[in-house]
Amino acid sequence: MSVAKPLPHDAARLHVTGAARYVDDIPAPANTLHLAFGLSQIAAGRITAIDLDPVRKAPGVLRVWEASDLPSDCDCSPSAHDEPMLAGHTIRYLGQPIFLVAATSHLAARKAASLAKIDYQSRDAILTVDEAMDADSRFGEPRIWQKGDAGEAIDTAPHVLEGEITMGGQEHFYLEGQAAMALPQEDGDMLVHSSTQHPTEIQHKVAHALHLPMHAVRVETRRMGGGFGGKESQGNALAIACAVVASATGRPAKMRYDRDDDFMITGKRHDFRIEYRVGHDDDGKLHGVEFLQLARCGWAQDLSHPVADRAMLHSDNAYALDHVRIESHRLKTNTQSATAYRGFGGPQGMLGIERVMDHVAHALGKDPLDVRRANYYGDFAEDKAQSTPYGQPVTDFVLNDLTETLKARSDYTERREAIADWNAQNPVLKRGIALTPVKFGISFTLTHLNQAGALVHVYQDGSIAMNHGGTEMGQGLFQKVAQVAASEFGVDMDVVKITATDTAKVPNTSATAASSGSDLNGMAVKAACEAIRDRMAEHLARIHQDEPADVVFRDGEVHVGGNRLPFAEAAKACYEGRVSLSATGFYKTPKLSWDMIKGQGRPFFYFAYGASCSEVVIDTLTGEYRILRADILHDCGASLNPALDKGQIEGGYVQGAGWLTTEELVWDDHGRLRTHAPSTYKIPACSDRPEVFNVSLWDGRNREETIYRSKAVGEPPFMHGISVLMALSDAVSACGEAYPALDAPATPEAVLKAVRRVRGVL
Amino acid sequence: MSKKMHIQMTVNGEEQEFLAEPRELLIHTLRERLNITGPHIGCETSHCGACTVTINGKSVKSCTMFVAQANGAEVTTIEGLGNPDSLHVLQEAFKEHHGLQCGFCTPGMITRASKLLEENPTPSEEEVRFGMAGNICRCTGYQNIVKSILAAAEELNSAKEAAQ
Ligand code: FES
Ligand code: FES
Repeated sequence: MSVAKPLPHDAARLHVTGAARYVDDIPAPANTLHLAFGLSQIAAGRITAIDLDPVRKAPGVLRVWEASDLPSDCDCSPSAHDEPMLAGHTIRYLGQPIFLVAATSHLAARKAASLAKIDYQSRDAILTVDEAMDADSRFGEPRIWQKGDAGEAIDTAPHVLEGEITMGGQEHFYLEGQAAMALPQEDGDMLVHSSTQHPTEIQHKVAHALHLPMHAVRVETRRMGGGFGGKESQGNALAIACAVVASATGRPAKMRYDRDDDFMITGKRHDFRIEYRVGHDDDGKLHGVEFLQLARCGWAQDLSHPVADRAMLHSDNAYALDHVRIESHRLKTNTQSATAYRGFGGPQGMLGIERVMDHVAHALGKDPLDVRRANYYGDFAEDKAQSTPYGQPVTDFVLNDLTETLKARSDYTERREAIADWNAQNPVLKRGIALTPVKFGISFTLTHLNQAGALVHVYQDGSIAMNHGGTEMGQGLFQKVAQVAASEFGVDMDVVKITATDTAKVPNTSATAASSGSDLNGMAVKAACEAIRDRMAEHLARIHQDEPADVVFRDGEVHVGGNRLPFAEAAKACYEGRVSLSATGFYKTPKLSWDMIKGQGRPFFYFAYGASCSEVVIDTLTGEYRILRADILHDCGASLNPALDKGQIEGGYVQGAGWLTTEELVWDDHGRLRTHAPSTYKIPACSDRPEVFNVSLWDGRNREETIYRSKAVGEPPFMHGISVLMALSDAVSACGEAYPALDAPATPEAVLKAVRRVRGVL
Repeated sequence: MSKKMHIQMTVNGEEQEFLAEPRELLIHTLRERLNITGPHIGCETSHCGACTVTINGKSVKSCTMFVAQANGAEVTTIEGLGNPDSLHVLQEAFKEHHGLQCGFCTPGMITRASKLLEENPTPSEEEVRFGMAGNICRCTGYQNIVKSILAAAEELNSAKEAAQ
C-alpha cells in the first residue's frame, strides 16, 4: 500500500534542480506579447480625461485597450458579474486596472503603462467599515443566525462582558505572483496556461469574454508557486487579458504581475471587526453570546458572502453554545476586493470566540484553558445530542482527549506556573503561554461545489496516467492522489504518472479550495481505478478460471487462479482481450444539506480538529517579542501521507501566526495601500521561528467514510496561529490589571501600546 | 536607451557572450536570454531570495544586480549544482526531508544553503536560521528547510571525514 507513507512530494526531484516549470518558465514562442495593466491612482471617482498616446508611442508597444475597446465587459467576477476587467469611467479602488498594454517585453509593457495621462474627479472614498456602515454601503442584507435566546441568557447571567476585536487582512504573498499565458489555436480556440486554483473558472470566464463556448477554451495548470486562496478568483483578470490580446492579434500573450502590482490589484484576506456581548457564570461557562461581525469586502462581491458565512459558521469553534446570536454585515468599500484566503473567514469567526474566552478568563482571574474546557462540546454519546449554532450535530468531537494529551505533552501546567514565577521576578521581559483549540468544518458551504471528477488510463505496458480536477500548489495533492491510485492497483509509485490539470480531460471541476482537494479528488480517482480494476479482474478471472472477487492486485502483481502476473503483463493481456483500460471517476460528498439564509442544516461532512500551545516572551520597553515554543497536536484522521500533512501543519501555523503578529496592511487616508511590497509587509522569515517546535498527528480515523478515513488538512492548522496572539495577550496581562484587549495584527507597536494601556500609562 | 555593452560571463561552467543593455537585470538575463529558469522571480526588490544565485563565490539576489555588474563573473545557479539524474547532497536532502512544498523558493534556498555550508560547514540550527533569513518561504514554516540543511551538512561532513 502506498497510502499512509511519508513519501516526498511527487515533483521534489524537479523542484530541487530548478526543473519544475511554473507558468513563467514555459518557453514562450518568439512573437509572444507581454501585457501590463495601467492602474488607477485614486480610490473613488471618475475619469474626466484620459490620454494614452504616450503609452501607444512608447518603445515596443503594439496596442492599448481601454474598456470600450474590449470584445465584451470581460467580467472577472466569480459570483455577481460585477467586476469588469477594465474600469470604464467610474473608479472603485486605488489600483483598479484602467487600460491594458501589449508590448514586446514585460518591461516595455510596464514602462509604457506608467506613461498615461489621466485626469480624475475624486469623490470621498469609503475606506473603513464604519464609513461603510454610515453610508449603508454593503453587499446584501445583514445575515442573522441565532439559536436560543442570547439576549435573555446574557441579561440573566451572573456576569456580563462586552468588547470588540479588530483583525487585519492578509496578503497571500504566494511566492509565485499571478501569471497566465494564452496561445491562440486553430478555428478561434484558445489554450490558456494559468497559475490558478480554479481552471474551470478561468475557462468559463475566458469563454464568456470572447463569446466562445467552453469547449473552445482549454486551460492547463501544472502547478502554482503557492495559492492559499489568492488564486481562486484573482487569476481571472490576467487569463482574460491574455486571451483577449491573443484573440485580437493572433499572437501568444503572456502576463505576470510585478509584485507591487500584485499587492495593489488583487484581493486579500477580509479584515473584520467583531463586537461581542457575553453572559457567563463563575466558572466561565457561557450562558449566552452575541456577535456583530463587520467584514470589509472591498469594491466587488467576489467570494465575500461565503467567506462571511464561514466566519459565522466558526463563531462557536470548539464550544457548545446554547444561546447565541450572530449578525454579519458584508461591507462594500473602495479597496481591493477581499477574497479567499486559507480558512476562508473561519479564522476570523474563530478568533472572535477565542477572544471571548480569553476576556472571560481574565475577568474571572482564571486560566483561560480552564474556561475553554468548561465550554467544550462533549464527547460523542448516543443519548446526549449536541449541535452547533446552525443545527449540525457534533458527533466526532475529539478535543477533550486531544487537549488533555497536548496539555500533558507540552507541560502546560508546569510551564504556566514557571512563567508566573519568572514574570514576578522580571520587570522588563514578560512571558505568556496559551493553549487554543481548533474545530474546522470541512466541505464547500455552496453544496453543489462538493463534486469531483477524474480520468485514469492504464497503458498496455502497465504504466498508469492519472488526471483529476484538483490543482497542485505545493500541498502535495498530486502525490496523495497518486498514492491512492498506486494503492488501488497494488503497484509502485513510479508506475503512476500525474499529469497537469486540464479542463479538456476533466470538466466542470470545483476550485481546489476549502481543504477539499484530497477528499474529493482522491475519491474520484479511487472510483476510476476501481472501475478499471474490476474490468481487469473480470477478464483475468475468465482466462484463469477464477472468481473476479478473488483476483488480488498487490506488490506490482496480479494474483489470479493460483498465478502471479506482473501488473504490466496483466495490462497487456487485458489490452489484447479488448478490455477498456480507461475510466472516469466521479464523487460527490454525501449527507450535505444547508440553508444559508436561515443558517440551518449540515453544511459540513465532518470537522477537523487540533490544538496548539504557544509560549512567547515580550520586551515591555519596545513591544518586540519572540515565540519561544510551540506544540501542536492535529487530527488528520488516518493520514494519507504523514510527512505532507505535518508540512501543512507547520506551514499553516507559521502563516497563521504571521497574520496575527507581523503582517500588517496599511492603507492611507486616500485609500492607497502603503504596504505593497515585502519591504514594508513583514512575512515571517526563517529566523522568526519558535525555538522549540513540536508537531504531532492525532492518531485516529475519520468517523465518516472519506478517502481511507483521512481528514482534510489544508486550512485547519492555519488557526493554530491563534495561540500566539493569546500567548501575547497573556504576556501583556502580566504587566497590570486591565485586560490587554490586543487587536491583530499584534505588531510590536500594538504590543507596546497594550503594555502601556495595561500599565495605565496611556 | 543606453548603448549595448559586450558582456562575457561563465554560467554553470559555460562561457556566455552577448550584447546587452548594461541596465538589464541579471535575473532577466538568466531567465529570458539564457533560458535558465531555476532562479525565480518572487519580488524583484531583493527581499524574497527566490532569485538567489552565486556570483564569484558570493550569494547574490540576481533581481537587483545589473548584468553589467556581472560582466566577467562566474555565475552558478541551481542548475549548476546538480540535475534530476544526479542530485547534489543538498538537493537530495531537500527532497528526502520535505524541505519544499510549492517549490518556488526552493532553487534560491538551495543555492543560498550551498554557500552557507561553504562559509560554515558545521552550522548550528541557530546559524542556519539566521544564515537563511534572507530567503522567504511562504509554505513550509521553514522547519523542514532547516532540517534539510542540517542533514546535508552532516552528510557532507561525514563524507569529508571518510575521505580523510
Ligand atoms: S526576486 Fe530577487 S529577491 Fe525576490
Ligand atoms: S515551498 Fe512554497 S515558498 Fe517555499
